[in-house]
Amino acid sequence: METKDVELVDFVVTARKYKTLLTNKYKNRPIWHKPCAGEVISNLPGTIVDIEVKKGQEVKEGDLLLILEAMKMLNRVVSPVSGIVEDIYVQKGDKISKDHLMIKIDPK
Amino acid sequence: MTGLEKNIQALRERKAVVEKGGGEAAIEKQVAMGKLTARERILSLLDPHSFNEYDMFVKHAGHDFGMEKKDFPGDGVVTGTGTIFGAPVCIYAQDFTVAGGSLGLQHARKITKIMDHALKMKCPIIGINDSGGARIQEGVQALAGYGEIFYRNTIASGVIPQISLILGPCAGGAVYSPALTDFVFVVENISKMFITGPNVIKTVLGEDISMEDLGGARIHAEITGNAHFYAISEQECFDQIKRLVSFIPWNNTKKAKSIEPKEPSTLLNIGNIIPSDPKLPYDVRDVIKCIVDDSDFLEVQELWAANIVIGFGRMAGNTVGFVANQPMVLAGVLDCDSSDKAARFIRFCDSFNIPIITLEDMPGYLPGVDQEHAGVIRHGAKVLYAYSEATVPKITVILRKAYGGGYIAMNSRHLGADFMFAWPTAEIAVMGPEGAANIIFRKEIMEAEDQDAMRQQKVKEYIEKFANPYVAASKGFIDSVIEPTETRSLLLHALELSALKEEYRPAKKHGLPPF
Repeated sequence: METKDVELVDFVVTARKYKTLLTNKYKNRPIWHKPCAGEVISNLPGTIVDIEVKKGQEVKEGDLLLILEAMKMLNRVVSPVSGIVEDIYVQKGDKISKDHLMIKIDPK
Repeated sequence: MTGLEKNIQALRERKAVVEKGGGEAAIEKQVAMGKLTARERILSLLDPHSFNEYDMFVKHAGHDFGMEKKDFPGDGVVTGTGTIFGAPVCIYAQDFTVAGGSLGLQHARKITKIMDHALKMKCPIIGINDSGGARIQEGVQALAGYGEIFYRNTIASGVIPQISLILGPCAGGAVYSPALTDFVFVVENISKMFITGPNVIKTVLGEDISMEDLGGARIHAEITGNAHFYAISEQECFDQIKRLVSFIPWNNTKKAKSIEPKEPSTLLNIGNIIPSDPKLPYDVRDVIKCIVDDSDFLEVQELWAANIVIGFGRMAGNTVGFVANQPMVLAGVLDCDSSDKAARFIRFCDSFNIPIITLEDMPGYLPGVDQEHAGVIRHGAKVLYAYSEATVPKITVILRKAYGGGYIAMNSRHLGADFMFAWPTAEIAVMGPEGAANIIFRKEIMEAEDQDAMRQQKVKEYIEKFANPYVAASKGFIDSVIEPTETRSLLLHALELSALKEEYRPAKKHGLPPF
């Protein structure tokens, strides 16, 4: 590793700033966002088979929202909170990845 | 022609058929992919004329879907014994030219037979993977074959060195044999390793990714850490393996073979490597090269988690394992990946009677939500576990920073280090001076008119009083504060002194490392 040709960056560890190189993995690390109570996110990649609610509909915690086919199973996705369906971001037949925002509930 | 001559000729003809593998067309395809054939690979790796092939005439066990009418020479795998630099090894190589190297029952039985042989004879086992996966026509028999291999990988773990080469596809369940072995070698453009391939990912997710980007050599060498050695060509890969085999013992009851000692190169001056500003980096491998015989250092997992350096060198002709924080990358912090990397290496050295030298210069653990949520506690604990558990000679040299949990983790006296050396540049303290001053002198700093000036003054005071090796030395936590130029001679002395070290642990079935 040639130290002269590389570009060192500032890097803070417990209050002291060091000069160092970063790894690609560090540069590409996921940035954390606070999860929102009413956001229904996919836990598995799969296909939306059925949507059981409509925008504006009132739902209770545990009510069926949609069916997500993933890992050879028809998975029931239920509402994490009681509230109003604020928006639906997927359509029947959509193939979605993991951590995809599917439905937003406005909690009451 | 006598009867015997006829018999010999018939044998030679039978062998010639098997040695052709899948035939000329299939071999041409293999060559077109830039790959050697299974037998060429074995012959390139082993000492000349040392290969003795087993089970050439084994027939496959498929009875369904018309398989009973097909002949697969050697059932798609070449197995046998040989030597590398005179060291006995057992070896197998999947033959992609025969039914795509697919694994059926007899193919697996050939592999498990040579693995059993290696375990009984206590010599290293080398597996060359180049296979399309399970032979679907043989159904659950093929799965049974994989399971039998994984079981043996586990039983042999820590008894004989296990080496895997990925020289072609290695997909689905097949990946778990290499993953259970000690060293995995990959080659650019040739190795492909994944659980679910691009096709499935495309179908399920609609994500379009090439085999290379999903599980190519570079990915496993740099991102996943599944691979330990990365080469540009098969020949480079074989050279790497020969070099590795020269550094490790044949089994866990032996020591690695020693060679004629040689002084390190005089091109580097160990006294000039560390910058005077503690915030500036340097390449810790330069320090290693100033210490080891002939400045010859075999780095393991060079590209993955480069913030810690691991590998083998020799001292007075005997193999030593090095674990060294790398200030050049991420300031040398410990994180999930570097903890896993170091811990596994320490356990390999301990299993195979290789003394461990730790060179310490780390500012602490990598801060971040991703690290905490990825379980840096659980991963970091592996380092503590591995060092504490190890009974081989354990020597530490603190080059510069040794703060907080990192000081404890990097083979401190408290985890059972046999020798603790520190350079006069060492800063052994509960945390970095800036952080410590902020806490200890919070009140003074807050009440000062010029807070920054007061903070700087307090940091300076802290550095003078505590950021040095002498506080730890005054408690006996450090045995000697040494000059950098004395390092090699003192390490040689320490290794000589600990050559007959014996240390025992309470009897147990096995420990429970925080996997």
